[in-house]
Amino acid sequence: MDAAINTSVDARDSYCPGPLMELIRTMKREPVGSVIEILSSDQGSAKDIPEWIHKVGHEYLRTEEKEGFWSILVKKAK
Amino acid sequence: MGKRIVIIGGGTGGTIVANLLAQGLRTEMRRGDVTVNMLSASDKHVYQPGFMYVAFGRMQDDEIIRDQRSILDSLVNLYVDPAVKIDIEGQTVTAKSGRSFPYDYLVIATGSRIVPEEIPGLKEGAHWFYDLQGAKKLRKALKEFEGGRIVIAVGVPHKCPVAPLEVTFMIDDLFSNSHLKGKYELFYTYPIARVHALEPVAHWAVKAFERRGIQYETFFNIEKVDPEKKQLHSEEGSVIDYDLLIAIPPHKGAPLIEDSGLGADGWIPTDKHTLTMKGKENVFVVGDTTNIPISKAGSTTHFEADTAAESLICLIKEGCPGRRYDGKVFCFVETGMDKGTYVWFNYNTPPNPGEPSQMIHWFKLAYNRLYWLSARGIL
Repeated sequence: MDAAINTSVDARDSYCPGPLMELIRTMKREPVGSVIEILSSDQGSAKDIPEWIHKVGHEYLRTEEKEGFWSILVKKAK
Repeated sequence: MGKRIVIIGGGTGGTIVANLLAQGLRTEMRRGDVTVNMLSASDKHVYQPGFMYVAFGRMQDDEIIRDQRSILDSLVNLYVDPAVKIDIEGQTVTAKSGRSFPYDYLVIATGSRIVPEEIPGLKEGAHWFYDLQGAKKLRKALKEFEGGRIVIAVGVPHKCPVAPLEVTFMIDDLFSNSHLKGKYELFYTYPIARVHALEPVAHWAVKAFERRGIQYETFFNIEKVDPEKKQLHSEEGSVIDYDLLIAIPPHKGAPLIEDSGLGADGWIPTDKHTLTMKGKENVFVVGDTTNIPISKAGSTTHFEADTAAESLICLIKEGCPGRRYDGKVFCFVETGMDKGTYVWFNYNTPPNPGEPSQMIHWFKLAYNRLYWLSARGIL
C-alpha cells in the first residue's frame, strides 16, 4: 500500500520547465520525510525522475502507469 | 455603483491587462460604470529581458526602463503604492499607505523575484543578470575577465528558461572572437537529465556544445558555493572549480502572496485554462505568479494577460467568461551574438525549434523595442 501522500504535483502537459523541474521545486520547500507524488504525461520523465531521485539520495517509492500518464512517488530523505 | 477592477502589479502582465481593459471597456470606463485601479510597487516599468543585453553592453538603462504612467492608458488609475494585504473573502486590497481598494474583480500579477540568498555562498560568489544591478556587475566582470573557466549554473525554479543557454552561446561568441580565444573554457550545468527542459532544444544545444567545445553536466542542482575556494557544489555530489560563476538564482513569488495566505513560495494555485485562482472565479492570476507548470517568461505572461483581459471584458459585458488559455508560450532563443531561433508550444503541441538564422536574431533585437507596443496592448 502507498505511503500517505503529503503533496501532489500535477505536471501533465508540461513541456517547459517539465515534470522533474516541478518536482525539484516542490521538494525544496517540503520537510524531510514528506511523500510527494508527481504526475507526468512525459515518458522521458518517467525514466529520468527515478534516476534523479537515486542520484540525489532521496527515497524512490514507486512508479505507476495510468491512462496516458505516470504517477511517481518519492520520499524526501535529506 | 460601477464594477471595480483592481490590478496588483505594474509589470508586463498587469500593464497589458490594464491597457486591454481600457480598450475593450472604453465606453463603460468613460461612463464610470467600470473603474480600473492599478497598484504598483514602482513608478517605473522595466523590460526585464533587456538585462541579458545590458550584461553584454548591447542595451542601456533608458532602453529598458520607462515611466509606468507613460505606457498606461489614461483611463487606468495608477497608484504607486504597493499592495501589502489581499483579503480574498472581504474582496479588498490594502496598500502600504493604509488605503483600501475594494474590488469586484481582482487581477494579481505580482511576478517573481530572485532569491540568491537561499543558496549558501551564491550571493558572494556568483554573478547573474536577472536584475539591473547584477547585469551591470556581470558586464564589468566580462570586460575584466582574463581567461579561465566560466561556469553557468541554474537554480530552481527560475524564469526565462532559455536564458542560461543564450548567455552561454553569447559568451562563447564574444570571447572566441577576442584575444581570449584559447584562454577560456565554458562549463554549463543544468538541473535535469538533459541540457534544457525542452527535449528538441536540448538535442540541438548538445550538438552546438560539442561543436563549440563547451563542457556540460546534467543532474546538477546547486547546493552551495564556496567563494574562497571558487568551487560550486551540487546536491548530487559534484564539485566544480570556477574562475567566473554565472548563476541563474532560484526565484520566489512576491512576499505579498505568502503574507496573504494565497500560495506557498508566492505561487498561487491557478486553473490552467481559466487563469482564475482555484475556488475564486473573480480573481485572475497572470504571469509568474501562477503555479501553472509552464515557463515563467514574458511571453507566457503576455498570452495569459490577453486571455484574462478578454475574459474580464466578456464577464462585464456579457456576464460569462471568454476564451480559455491554451498554454501558449513563444520564446526567442539567441544562439550566439548574431544568430537566433525560436520555439513555441502549448499544452497540446510540443516545441519544434527551427534552424538558427540572422533574420530571427534581428527580429529579436527589433522586438526588444517593439515590446513597448506589447505593453500598451497594441502588439
